[in-house]
Amino acid sequence: MIEVKNISKSYAGISAIKDITFTVEKGKLFGFIGPDGAGKTTLIRILTTLLLPDKGEARVGDLDVVDDFKKLRKSIGYMPGRFSLYEDLSVKENLSLFAAIFGTTIEKNYHLIEDIYKQIEPFRNRRAGALSGGMKQKLALSCAMIHAPEVIFLDEPTTGVDPVSRKEFWQMLRKLKDAGITILVSTPYMDEAALCDEVALIQDGDVLQIDSPQDIIESYGNMLFSIPGHVGFELIDRLRKADGVQNAYLFGEEIRMVFKETIEQDSVQHIVQSVGVPGELIRPVTPTVEDCFIQLMQKQE
Amino acid sequence: MRKIRFILIKEFKQIFRNRAMLPLIIIMPIVQILVLSYAVDYEIKNLNLYVVDFDNSRLSRELQSKFTSSDYFRLSGFGQDLNEAEFALSSRESDLVLVIPSNFERQLIAEGTGDLQILIDAVDGSKAGLAAGYGGSIIRDYTGQITKEYALRYGANIGNQVRTVETLPQFRFNPLMDYKSYMVPGILVILVTMLGAFLSSMNIVREKELGTIEQINVTPIRKYEFILGKTIPFWIIGIFVFSLGLIEAKVAFNIPIAGSLWVLYSFTGVYLFLVLGFGLFISTITETQQQAMFISWFFLVIFILMGGLFTPIENMPPWAQTITLFNPIRYFIEVTRAVMLKGSGFGDLINNFMIISGYAVFTISLAVLRYRKTTG
Repeated sequence: MIEVKNISKSYAGISAIKDITFTVEKGKLFGFIGPDGAGKTTLIRILTTLLLPDKGEARVGDLDVVDDFKKLRKSIGYMPGRFSLYEDLSVKENLSLFAAIFGTTIEKNYHLIEDIYKQIEPFRNRRAGALSGGMKQKLALSCAMIHAPEVIFLDEPTTGVDPVSRKEFWQMLRKLKDAGITILVSTPYMDEAALCDEVALIQDGDVLQIDSPQDIIESYGNMLFSIPGHVGFELIDRLRKADGVQNAYLFGEEIRMVFKETIEQDSVQHIVQSVGVPGELIRPVTPTVEDCFIQLMQKQE
Repeated sequence: MRKIRFILIKEFKQIFRNRAMLPLIIIMPIVQILVLSYAVDYEIKNLNLYVVDFDNSRLSRELQSKFTSSDYFRLSGFGQDLNEAEFALSSRESDLVLVIPSNFERQLIAEGTGDLQILIDAVDGSKAGLAAGYGGSIIRDYTGQITKEYALRYGANIGNQVRTVETLPQFRFNPLMDYKSYMVPGILVILVTMLGAFLSSMNIVREKELGTIEQINVTPIRKYEFILGKTIPFWIIGIFVFSLGLIEAKVAFNIPIAGSLWVLYSFTGVYLFLVLGFGLFISTITETQQQAMFISWFFLVIFILMGGLFTPIENMPPWAQTITLFNPIRYFIEVTRAVMLKGSGFGDLINNFMIISGYAVFTISLAVLRYRKTTG
């Protein structure tokens, strides 16, 4: 459904994305995962015909993003990272405006957005600017869906949204996916990767890995241990330099240690205690996508 | 069509939901026409006159009263000391000093000539020029009058020596030389120009700043649909404000509208497209409202100052006159003055119509061509 081939783009000589290639199959929920500045927005803006690539080709459906941009704009939906609807128009007015611009009506495509829109419908006469963050998102998604697009692009839809609304939002995306819509979503939150069918991990304009979240985790290939509690950066540094340790880093409320080779828990405890960190609570853990990302970044360096 | 209708509804709603907009649309014409037409008045009255009369004769007193009985002069000081007069002038208590020498009356009667001196504070050059002009004409009138008087009294011998030619100007198209009749048609032009240029130049760039343009650009909306949606509401507001100003000019100042309203409105309609095209073009080339504001100010100040409203174009140096040929405001001010004061018809103004239409096509095309939905 989406085919990206060797796409590059730079701004004033600084490259934002470098030679990116991937495909997204029809009906998949594809995640674009990476920190701020990785190139997520640039790629989405190229795919939504708002930005011209310097090199490479990209097709959405059967349409080229550069040559067929006029046709393409009719069949895609886009939700920008920043709330981009008219704050001085009401919920209903925004939705009718976008329906009219796409040559359709709310009534005609109501079934597509019903699940999402009915949650904000009680506030249909409220100005969009007076909505809460979660409601703004639902409105933005409704507006992006009102013309029944085959593909939707969402640029960091959950950034700055509370955890409950985030969860709800992903449930909505799953439903849209189940209705057969292809979704490309970008996010800086690694935990959201597990909710996608397939993810591309990107960093500094490069794709580090593209796979399903399960496969990414399975391909981790190192032993990973967790020590609960925070011990201070100096000790983490010493852990990192200890024998057989590939990496050690802070991970939320715990410290994660990666070992180069298979190792027994006793030996791990021994190593940890030798640098002065209490090691009684150490335990092996399965990596998350974030651990994989950190590993890939380290390999890249 | 349905698309454009929705976009128009959207723009109108946004305009009228903007709290600053309604007061601006209503108050701006009232203030501009009322305040500017009163404030910008080239006529100077009540100049402060200091008289130094060394003669103290009947004729010298009569001359003084000729000065002070006109509207232009007011006696602010009187004496027989030149130093005091100089001081009154330098301390700005007086604008001009009339010095009458001691043998004024005798010399005038005996020899038929007389010397007078007028000292004028010329810090404000145009005021000084007017003071000299008014003073000169009062003195001329007065000498003419006494020449006749003495000719009648003493026979023809003096009358034979002096022949005076009197000029009686007749002011066509503005018989009372009312500055307001001259200013208001021009101020109407400034009004629609400022309103149109600012509203439109802030518009697209505002959508850029807020990010809403991103969502619009990804839709299949056509460029011309978008630009039309941005133009028509401001065009209607422009026509409304122009009408408000015109009604005010008629009601408050009784400014004549000698020509046909139809001609006036067809010019206004085309001229508004010119202004809106200019504003939208600025809106497409800028990234922030601040930039748009500065750029439109830059052009507007030049256009307004060189438009012939404050300084007549004929009084400008030749190179400046050449520049005004590229100034659209100039052509529209010519039109409003010609239609309102002289009653010119469409046929008299066909040249201006072609030029204004040409500019309108130019600015609108520039805005449409420059508006890009894709960057990069």
